[in-house]
Amino acid sequence: MAEFLGINLFGLFGQLLVGLINGSFYALLSLGLAIIFGLLKIINFAQGAIYMLGAFLAYLALQYLGISYWAALIVVPLVVGLLGILMERFLIRPIANEDHLYSLLLTFGVALVLQGLFTHLFGSSGMSYPIPEAFSGGIKLPFMYLPNYRAWIVVASLVVCVGTWWMIEKTKLGAYLRAGTENPALMQAFGINVPLMVTLTFGFGVALAGFAGVMAAPVYSVSPDMGSNLLIVVFAIVVIGGMGSIGGAIITGLGMGIVEGLTKYFYPEASNTVIFLVMVIVLLIKPAGLFGKEA
Amino acid sequence: MKISKLSIVLLGVALVAPFVMYPVLLMKILCFALFASAFNLLLGFVGLLSFGHAIFLGTGGYVTGYLVMNSGLSPLLGILAGTAAAAALGAVYGKLSVKREGIYFAMVTLALAQLMFFVFLQAPFTGGENGLQGIPRGFLFGFIDLSDNLNMYYFVLAIFLFGFWVINRTIHSPFGQVLKAIRENEPRATSLGYNVNDYKWAAFVISAALSGLAGSTKTLVFQLASLTDVHWHMSGEVVLMTLVGGMGTIFGPLVGAAAIVGLQNFLSGGELGNYVHIIMGLIFIVCVLAFRSGIVGEIQKIVKRNFS
Amino acid sequence: MKLMTKTLLSAAMAVALTSTAAHASLSDDKVKIGVLADMGGVYADICGKGCVTAVEMAVEDFGGTVLGKPIEIVSADDQNKPDVGSAIVRKWIENEQVDVITGLVASSVTGAVTQVTTDAKKIALIAASASNAFTTKQCSPYNAHWTYNVVALANGTVKPIVQSGKKKWFFITADYAFGHALEGIATKVIESEGGEVVGAVRAPLGTTDFSSYILQAQASGAEVVGLANAGADFVNSLKTAAEFGLTEMMDVAGLLVFTPNAQALDPAIAGGMLTTTGFYWDRDEESREWSARFKARHGAIPAMPHAGAYSATMHYLNAVKAAGTDESDAVMKIMKSTKPDDFFAKNATLRADGRMVHDMYLVKITKASERKSADDIFAIQSVIPGDQAFAPMLPECDFK
Repeated sequence: MAEFLGINLFGLFGQLLVGLINGSFYALLSLGLAIIFGLLKIINFAQGAIYMLGAFLAYLALQYLGISYWAALIVVPLVVGLLGILMERFLIRPIANEDHLYSLLLTFGVALVLQGLFTHLFGSSGMSYPIPEAFSGGIKLPFMYLPNYRAWIVVASLVVCVGTWWMIEKTKLGAYLRAGTENPALMQAFGINVPLMVTLTFGFGVALAGFAGVMAAPVYSVSPDMGSNLLIVVFAIVVIGGMGSIGGAIITGLGMGIVEGLTKYFYPEASNTVIFLVMVIVLLIKPAGLFGKEA
Repeated sequence: MKISKLSIVLLGVALVAPFVMYPVLLMKILCFALFASAFNLLLGFVGLLSFGHAIFLGTGGYVTGYLVMNSGLSPLLGILAGTAAAAALGAVYGKLSVKREGIYFAMVTLALAQLMFFVFLQAPFTGGENGLQGIPRGFLFGFIDLSDNLNMYYFVLAIFLFGFWVINRTIHSPFGQVLKAIRENEPRATSLGYNVNDYKWAAFVISAALSGLAGSTKTLVFQLASLTDVHWHMSGEVVLMTLVGGMGTIFGPLVGAAAIVGLQNFLSGGELGNYVHIIMGLIFIVCVLAFRSGIVGEIQKIVKRNFS
Repeated sequence: MKLMTKTLLSAAMAVALTSTAAHASLSDDKVKIGVLADMGGVYADICGKGCVTAVEMAVEDFGGTVLGKPIEIVSADDQNKPDVGSAIVRKWIENEQVDVITGLVASSVTGAVTQVTTDAKKIALIAASASNAFTTKQCSPYNAHWTYNVVALANGTVKPIVQSGKKKWFFITADYAFGHALEGIATKVIESEGGEVVGAVRAPLGTTDFSSYILQAQASGAEVVGLANAGADFVNSLKTAAEFGLTEMMDVAGLLVFTPNAQALDPAIAGGMLTTTGFYWDRDEESREWSARFKARHGAIPAMPHAGAYSATMHYLNAVKAAGTDESDAVMKIMKSTKPDDFFAKNATLRADGRMVHDMYLVKITKASERKSADDIFAIQSVIPGDQAFAPMLPECDFK
């Protein structure tokens, strides 16, 4: 076995790759949060619960309606996004002009309701969702056996993340979005429907979490609290990346997955905590986050 | 400070309550009322939302529990030590966090609390998932047997009244006036020559210490210190209590704690046990949408409208 | 004030004493059983509502009354939290006249609860916890640990595997008291049989992603990977092991597998695995008869804690009847001097330390081709006599 300074290199490579896979989920979830925060200045504490909702909808769709994984990958984010739109319209907009802490508390309440509801309906022991046929089996790498589905997770989330980044930073639509949040009155004067744009953006950010939920269903157990602890980790990632920075959220998400993978190799007990340590350090050195602009 | 008629009535109720209701439940309410009041000092009177305040509650609890159990400390000294430990942690965490504002402050306090959560999960003296179990209540001043629920209740009531008095003194002191000025208009407070961060830090330490006092007391009541007290869900719960009762009011956190603990107790007994989270979440939503000033705040509004 | 409360209290007690003395020797004219279990968490399938059902069945089979007085049942959800569980039990005992506690799942909860029951001199019938602490470090004259414990699991499952020649082990351990205890005892068994433990990782309770732990197991060069976890953790770790091809490289041993967990797994993954259990529904006519009745009410076959909760409750009620009182010391004395004997407890005795010693079973999880029905999950390989499964009594825990 290849060794370097007493470290088993093959083992280390394996952990890095697994970290990258987990990082893909972090990137998807923190991207959604960053879009919502960057454009709306809302902290969506329900993002973790919505990720859970996405996984459950995929499970229920397969179980009761026979909707396949592939169809769920399209349908579930749409349904979840629609729910997000309703949530923005009826819960968040009425308090849009209050202190932003209220929207944090409100979405925290939504998260509690969703999690409680699913615990009540399905218990918390978790459901299992089969890995889609097309991805059964795996690739034998020199240092590990990589299941095909895990490889797909990395590819799919990278495509979605980069696509989203491109759309917001490089297209005309994205330019409207950014301008609309900088100066809503001016955009309104140009004949652009800013409230509609805000609603759709919220829906899109939430749909990303739903998409991550469907992606997660085959590999993680589908359970009501799957999003609860993930959420505060993802928050930390958004803060580390610089709140509202879209590229920052993606890069930090992947990076933190790798940091966590390394921790699992050297000191597994701390794997749930290392991200908070990074967050504290980053905020002490660079308060606006790695990629954020000082407000 | 003027003692109002309301305070006297409430005190009377508190004195006879253990003959009508189960004393342990009342003690739990008092501990959480103190915790929420301490939290409210920061949220309601300085405008800082700490999302990791449970760590001070739990630190007080663990330190008291450990010392009473292993060093044979008397209950009173144990509580003092727990409070001091929470204050010390608050001093460090306050230094690191008060420079940040709004959401950043909330996130930094959450992250710092998670670091300490890890310590309590892994440190050999905390018992991990088991927590510290079988902590003796001991004898107050060496002769009052606290294992008797009534004795314990009056002890807890005394601690609560002391804590509540400290908070009231703080709010109504010149120091408290500066805090309010900071909440209303921070730049102006700065331009008047106040070192805003020092004031915030002092308020943070007082709040942490009193949260620790509540946690230390709670540990003796239940003879147990566990991870529940340091989990971030507990930090969310205290926000809920304060919000429901009315942030920035004196009696709000008290009412909020009684309402939430009472609700949990009511739900845990019956078939409705599963609904605890759903109902708490709904309360959050309704409070934010419709009753942002909480139960006490709304009552105050009505009183003002009709009587002035 | 204090003086007044004391006077009031003693007056109330005097009234209470005179009024009960006139009646039978049951306190407050009934026997009240508190069932504390995990109603919605990771152990809900193992001992949640099913444990309540089992206790209800025991009370009904006993006739619903004892010494001419009614038997009542209360139940609550401990959420797997020691603080929640001990607060509920304290309230039951101090405020609701509960006489005996059963259910008791997560070892952390049971540890906290047995402190309360011991202080109050009430009996705890532990039906589902795994830790061996309740008859060793935390032993108490009021504990009766019924179904199984970590020692029996390690002796039952680990020993035969090491003896078959698989000597190098790696552990994936749930990072809390139960996992640590199980890993520790299994390690002793492995070393005493001439095997070695080449490594272990401790995964936090409720870990969602086991993949990095599985990779470490793969890189360890072990022959057997022992899963020292339970419930959802067991299911998830085994699924991930299969996904990453671990199950094809080395043997995987589940040290604590309950029937609902085995049922939730694809037999292609779990089939062929050896494990140890205190009860299996399809053992003989007697166990099948009871299990059929249980399934008709609960909707699923019983896991071992369900059968244990029934058996313990039944033995307790019989002892109350024989003692003519529900006073804990007298009841416990009879529970320890008479042998439990029912569809669950075979060759059984409740030792002076509170350990219920009985036959355990080494079972194999069946493969898909071997299953005659969806409930056909285990095949019993051998019976492990109680004295070989459980550790001998410690002298300091000999409560005669």
